[in-house]
Amino acid sequence: MAAFTLNVNGRDHVVDVPPEMPLLWALRDVLGLTGTKYGCGMQQCGACTVHIDGEVRTSCRTSVGSIGTGKITTIEGLSPDGLHAVQAAWIAEDVPQCGYCQSGQIMAAAGLLAKIPNPTDDDIDRGMARNICRCGTYDRIRKAIHRAAGSIEP
Amino acid sequence: MNNVAKIDRRDFIRWGGIAGGGLVVGVYGGYDAVGQMLAANGSDTASLNAFVQIDTDGIVSIWVAKVDMGQGVRTSLPMIVADELDVDWDDVRVVQADAHPDKYGRMMTVGSSSVRRGAWMGLRQAGASAREMLVAAAAARWSVAAGECRTEMGSVIHSGSGRRLSYADLAEEAAAMPVPEHPTLKDPSEFRYIGTPMKQLDTPAKVRGEAVFGIDARPEGLLFATVFHCPTFGGSVASFDATESLAVSGVRDVFEISSGIAVVADNTWAAFEGADKLDVTWNKGDFAMSSADIFEHFAEVAEGEGAEARSEGDIAAGMAAVETKVEAVYQAPYLAHATMEPMNCTVHVQPDRVEVWVPTQGPQGVQSTAARLTGIAVEKVTVHPMFLGGGLGRRGANDFVTDAVETAMKVDAPVQVLWTREEDMRHDLYRPAAYAKFEGGVDADGNIAAYRLRAVAQPLSATGSSDGGFGGGRGGRGGRGGGGPRPDRNAVEGLVTMPYEVSNLLIDYGRPGPQVRTPTGYWRSVGPSHNCWITESIIDELAHAAGRDPLEFRLSMLGNAPRIRHVLEVAAQKANWSTPLPEGRARGIGLVIDKGGYVAQIAEVSVELGALRVHKVTCAADYGFVINPLTVDAQTVGCIVNGLAAALYGEITLADGGVVESNFHNYELLRIDEMPEVDIHLIDSDEEPGGAGEPALPPIAPAVTNAIFALTGKRIRRLPIKNHPL
Repeated sequence: MAAFTLNVNGRDHVVDVPPEMPLLWALRDVLGLTGTKYGCGMQQCGACTVHIDGEVRTSCRTSVGSIGTGKITTIEGLSPDGLHAVQAAWIAEDVPQCGYCQSGQIMAAAGLLAKIPNPTDDDIDRGMARNICRCGTYDRIRKAIHRAAGSIEP
Repeated sequence: MNNVAKIDRRDFIRWGGIAGGGLVVGVYGGYDAVGQMLAANGSDTASLNAFVQIDTDGIVSIWVAKVDMGQGVRTSLPMIVADELDVDWDDVRVVQADAHPDKYGRMMTVGSSSVRRGAWMGLRQAGASAREMLVAAAAARWSVAAGECRTEMGSVIHSGSGRRLSYADLAEEAAAMPVPEHPTLKDPSEFRYIGTPMKQLDTPAKVRGEAVFGIDARPEGLLFATVFHCPTFGGSVASFDATESLAVSGVRDVFEISSGIAVVADNTWAAFEGADKLDVTWNKGDFAMSSADIFEHFAEVAEGEGAEARSEGDIAAGMAAVETKVEAVYQAPYLAHATMEPMNCTVHVQPDRVEVWVPTQGPQGVQSTAARLTGIAVEKVTVHPMFLGGGLGRRGANDFVTDAVETAMKVDAPVQVLWTREEDMRHDLYRPAAYAKFEGGVDADGNIAAYRLRAVAQPLSATGSSDGGFGGGRGGRGGRGGGGPRPDRNAVEGLVTMPYEVSNLLIDYGRPGPQVRTPTGYWRSVGPSHNCWITESIIDELAHAAGRDPLEFRLSMLGNAPRIRHVLEVAAQKANWSTPLPEGRARGIGLVIDKGGYVAQIAEVSVELGALRVHKVTCAADYGFVINPLTVDAQTVGCIVNGLAAALYGEITLADGGVVESNFHNYELLRIDEMPEVDIHLIDSDEEPGGAGEPALPPIAPAVTNAIFALTGKRIRRLPIKNHPL
């Protein structure tokens, strides 16, 4: 066990966990931030997607000890009011079905748009193919990303 | 007979823990046959199953006794009540009903049944009854006839004087009014919400990460656990050494439960690490079959005696008239559900009570399972149904609930049992593997002369549980073959229900022997999930044998099936079936009648350098009258994605009595870069609402494999498609 200071959604949290503990479980079980989901534990499904220093990362295979001073953003901290352009577009397109994968989808989409403000369909395919949705919301995800792209100021 | 009753407020508070006054009405049998519960219970108000509460602050609370796994019932069911009640949608709050043995009727959410079979009429009556009681209260206050009053968005208005009272004002007095014998329902032309696209109420919470799924339950003092099961079906623990597990930081306890070894820890990761370090010696049991062994056995059974499932005309005479023969064997693999949220259940067992937080399709089965295992009375078992990270039929079973209750019985704290993805994949209740042998052909005129099909598939092990769910516990597991001469209903559904008129037909069922013990269960759309593929592939083979166009061939046999004929015509027209595609592309057809829905799909595919691409799926669907087109559209697309993933990749393989696949790297699902363009056409219909959560799944597999044949001449007779070089 060791004490680590994790900067999550703009606030520092001290967690006393083994360094090899994946960030996913520190978020969910230690800090109580359950919006980030467990799906596979091996970077296959994207349900655990967060941002670290603005980069899209799968928290199931990112150890707490590897993060250092990296600034972590989870779905709970994506925007102050829960209405990031991606979230607003998701509501407008009524994207979620069961909703379980959607935190990861939204974090991946926000990361994609931060890099490519007006993605093509091919960009969306490349940027979002790591995230599985079992309900099959892919067509609405695509529409919502295009909608969000249109609403983000360049 | 009206099936609505108001609720004694004291009782309501006692049952629901609801504070506050106002009007509360409940509907009998709202989710089952209308009136059935009333007949059974007389005037007993304890058997009400949907609630509307109009509070004195104007908030309208609507209890939903079904669960939401993405199908949108937490929006569509309240829409029905709110429309008849005539209230502002912004004032509506949805309350998830806790489990109760009989208060709500059947809470099990399966079979695309939340709206159909009259369920929606009960909800309309609940809303309409409450509205009439509010009108009666206003009329009494004004001393006017109720007939002089009308309602408008949460208010009662006296037509003559224009006087107006809000429902909130009237709620207390309305509660004293008699429940109307025959509440007047709206004419469909007056619907405000029903039939219009309504966004889901839960979406804002889901996009903010605030929706609480089963895995997110966090009662005070929660511990985290996982269970490691025997890798082979029917095995048990011989002995185990937990020394290394207990050495993992955060692991608190390791012990045996009936299904395997439970590891309890301070966090999930420690529990998973602890399970990984277990040293277990298993009694593997006597089941050691591989998939190849099982299909070999099915092939033998296909040559033996069968139980007749459907017969038309004279099959022997039909066979004699065959001019061009078709013989084929079709095989479909076991499938896992692979819901995105792995199986989990959170339980707190105390000396005199149990509390459960669970993503389940069957809250009542959870309740009775927990009561049975703990010996604590059902009324002392509280079950909170949580959001489900997918259901797909998996979450009606109680095997994972049994794991959690048994674990919690040994822990003096609430405990969440979460299976790893690997355990979830290897200890599912699988869609049965299926084998079908066809003999028949077409006559000199190009019509089907004989259609002779022998189907072999395991019955579902997850049926008929005394717990009101299915697969009540480990004891209920194991797909038992053997047994009587009757065909298994689920094994032949989708074969015997095919809509084509065929003069000489015999479909029968060969039951596998009891040595095949793969646990099997309900998988979205159940029998038709594979049987529609078999049927529609055979019909396609026969069309080609007859030298006829697959569309024209099908339409010629649907003269007496107007609804499915119409959806096929619409799909064909929208897909431009009669217009040839450019070189390198081809179309294929699939259709089904399933759970009250009529669906036809046309897939357009290409193959380049051996890689199959499904470019477009045109889908026409007649689900009868549609409550919420927005969620029905989503369900239709979702079915296509599920069905396409299964057709392309889905395969659970058995080796030495256990499952080979373990995670998404070897049990692939469809991703966004493979998503076809989907063009959906819902048929405008005034027919009774049908099921919409499943019927669009079965047709996609044959639509794709028939298109592959049209393009390449290769007939895929064994799924998944990935195993065939193209």
